[in-house]
Amino acid sequence: MATLTVTPVVAEILLAVGAMALLLVGVYGGKRTLSTVWTGSVALVVLAGAAVLWSSDQAPGVQEAFGGMLLLDGFAVFTKVLIAVGSAGVLVMSRGYLVKRDLDRFEYPVLAVLSTLGMFIMVSATDMLTVYVGLELQSLALYVLAAFARDRARSTEAGLKYFVLGALSSGMLLYGISLVYGFAGSTAFTDIAAIAAGDGAAGNIGLIVGLVFVLAGLAFKISAVPFHMWTPDVYEGAPTSVTAFFSAAPKVASMALFVRIAMGAFDDMIDQWQQVAIFLAVASMVVGTGLALVQTNIKRLLAYSSITHVGYVLAALAAGGEAGREAVIYYMAIYITMTAGAFAVVLCMRQDEKYSEDIADLAGLVKTRPALAVAMGILMISLLGFPPFLGFWAKYTAFLAVVDAGLVWLAVIGMIASVVGGYYYLRVVKLMFFDEPAASFEPQRDRGVKGVILTTAVANSPLSLLLFGPLNTAAANASRAFGL
Amino acid sequence: MSLTAIVFYVLSSVTVLSAVMVIAARNPVHSVLFLILAFFNSAGLFVLLGAELLAMLLVIVYVGAVAVLFLFVVMMLDINFVRLREGFLRYFPIGVLIGAVLAAELVFVVGTWVLTPEMAGNLRQPTPEDVTNTRALGQLIYTDYVFVFQTAGMILLTAMIGAIVLTLRKRPGVKRQNIAQQLARSPETAIEIKKVKTGEGI
Amino acid sequence: MDGFLFDYLPILILTLIAVVVSGLFIVLALTVYPDRPDPEKLSAYESGFDAFGDARGKFDVRFYLVAILFIIFDLEVAFLFPWVVALKDIGLYGWLSMGVFLTILTVGFAYEWKKGALEWE
Repeated sequence: MATLTVTPVVAEILLAVGAMALLLVGVYGGKRTLSTVWTGSVALVVLAGAAVLWSSDQAPGVQEAFGGMLLLDGFAVFTKVLIAVGSAGVLVMSRGYLVKRDLDRFEYPVLAVLSTLGMFIMVSATDMLTVYVGLELQSLALYVLAAFARDRARSTEAGLKYFVLGALSSGMLLYGISLVYGFAGSTAFTDIAAIAAGDGAAGNIGLIVGLVFVLAGLAFKISAVPFHMWTPDVYEGAPTSVTAFFSAAPKVASMALFVRIAMGAFDDMIDQWQQVAIFLAVASMVVGTGLALVQTNIKRLLAYSSITHVGYVLAALAAGGEAGREAVIYYMAIYITMTAGAFAVVLCMRQDEKYSEDIADLAGLVKTRPALAVAMGILMISLLGFPPFLGFWAKYTAFLAVVDAGLVWLAVIGMIASVVGGYYYLRVVKLMFFDEPAASFEPQRDRGVKGVILTTAVANSPLSLLLFGPLNTAAANASRAFGL
Repeated sequence: MSLTAIVFYVLSSVTVLSAVMVIAARNPVHSVLFLILAFFNSAGLFVLLGAELLAMLLVIVYVGAVAVLFLFVVMMLDINFVRLREGFLRYFPIGVLIGAVLAAELVFVVGTWVLTPEMAGNLRQPTPEDVTNTRALGQLIYTDYVFVFQTAGMILLTAMIGAIVLTLRKRPGVKRQNIAQQLARSPETAIEIKKVKTGEGI
Repeated sequence: MDGFLFDYLPILILTLIAVVVSGLFIVLALTVYPDRPDPEKLSAYESGFDAFGDARGKFDVRFYLVAILFIIFDLEVAFLFPWVVALKDIGLYGWLSMGVFLTILTVGFAYEWKKGALEWE
């Protein structure tokens, strides 16, 4: 009979019970408890992050739960804290926007919490079944959030597109999982790793085809080229606060899951998955950069920007080993500060009772809203990866890992993509600082948005030299403490 | 040829043919009916494999609920299906290409399976001999796989919230029956006694 | 190997009876009924609608909501079958785990109820 080990999953239990409690409070309290649900959801996510830290203190090293269905190692702790910070940060800045768009309903924070629960499960998963249920829970909540503005055709279209393509990718993932199960005889990562390490595994077509299908399904979720088609449309169509949510925490979770499967279950088949990762990385960097050049909508621009950044992260992943793992999570940690900040600025683009998404409307922002323009400038330059802004350290670590792994040409492609990509980030900066004002945005009164912009701008500014060290150490420790 | 083989070939050929008809039928309602036929025959195939529970679930969940929902949608949705099919020929080659790639991969995979029979020995949890498979599943789902089971519950909860968030609308001005309110009425609140003077109206 | 197929013989017989009986009715209806059509008989009755046209029209989205909620509870019930069969083997642990599962869905049910998703106006 199975024994119950609860300590490693306290955070998950907290999120599940909390989400249900908030749901009941929201539905039985009506309008009165709306603010309570919002505050409660942010508190819950923060508390879950703290619970992860508490759990990891209870026992040294890797903790298993439910007979190896999932585990808590340093890697999971780092990414879970990151996810909690990302989710909470985006939730904090969402409500003001939703109120103005007349979308302020209590289901929104509840779904966000459920999605966060799915992400927590994903990064801890050490069994294909856990992977699948975690991924589905996370995605299902996100499909609904994408279509949350159900009276707007673009939002429902975004939700539907995301759902159909997401279902397709889940299908590919399941097909891959079933092949892997067929040839490895088990869904547990330890068993798969044992089979993958044995002789003959490298020539085992069944296992390889299964692995490729699993990775293709995951590439959909992290929107790597050529599985990126949904990203720009969904980013553009979904309400902006939802887009901000998409671009932060779920990316971290899916990327961590990618690492977990590639380096956990299939560590000994690195020759096989490395090719896939390199292909995805090159395609994402090139296509993402190329298509970002012609965008006029800020949300689409950030969508292509996120595709490009996924390319850099995948390049780091392709480097493999502890250094590659470290570069991946380090990059993701920095990336969520940049993207959350950029979307917070987009949430400030409101004039004449309407939210603008046109890049041209940012022109001359420095004259009308100097602080906002400086913050956006810092974030753009950080996204570009210019030293000594925070984004530079992310790219530096990633390319260092790639070069150390002997993939110099991959690093060169990445650097060329960075330089070309500089054009569209700098175009936004030039528009804001040197052009005549085009629009005057309403002053932003929402303290959540202001706080997120301030925090992310300061973190991404050259002051980040202070942040670089501790974050790097934490990422290195997390990478070393990779359980499976 | 044994009886099992005959049953297998009948079931699988009907499954494949009805799957082809799902995409070939002109009338979408017929497509759904062929889909149901495909589900039934797949259930039969599961029975042949000895997976009775899966077979029955396929009938209960897919035929009983999912296919009925599909029927609902195609019968009640105001969509011109002829126009929807316009791109069919244009996308046909791409579809065939993808199908061919998948088929080739399947052949490779099955080939590997046949060439390396020792792979079948990797199974960590082989089908137990002495219990029915429904019972064997029951012994695992609620104990060893309890975490996945509960997460499945959370997914269903999310699906409920999603369905309601996206489709439920409150209509203004609809009169509903509120039974609690009806029962709570007392003569004091329901009846008003007025003295009417003789010869005058109310 | 073939032996277990005979366990399903009753189902086969049942299916055959169903096919034969329903086929018989169709054949009988086509062959023995009096067929004397005239224009008045074939046209729609008085103020009735013409019988030919597209049966599809816009339907209220609530129909789908009910159908989707039904599927969700159908899936929930599907989990009960193996549980019932194996309850003797899994004991209190299994009983409690199903309890938790049902609690989760009861929370969903309470939400639906309060939201009025189960009401037909």
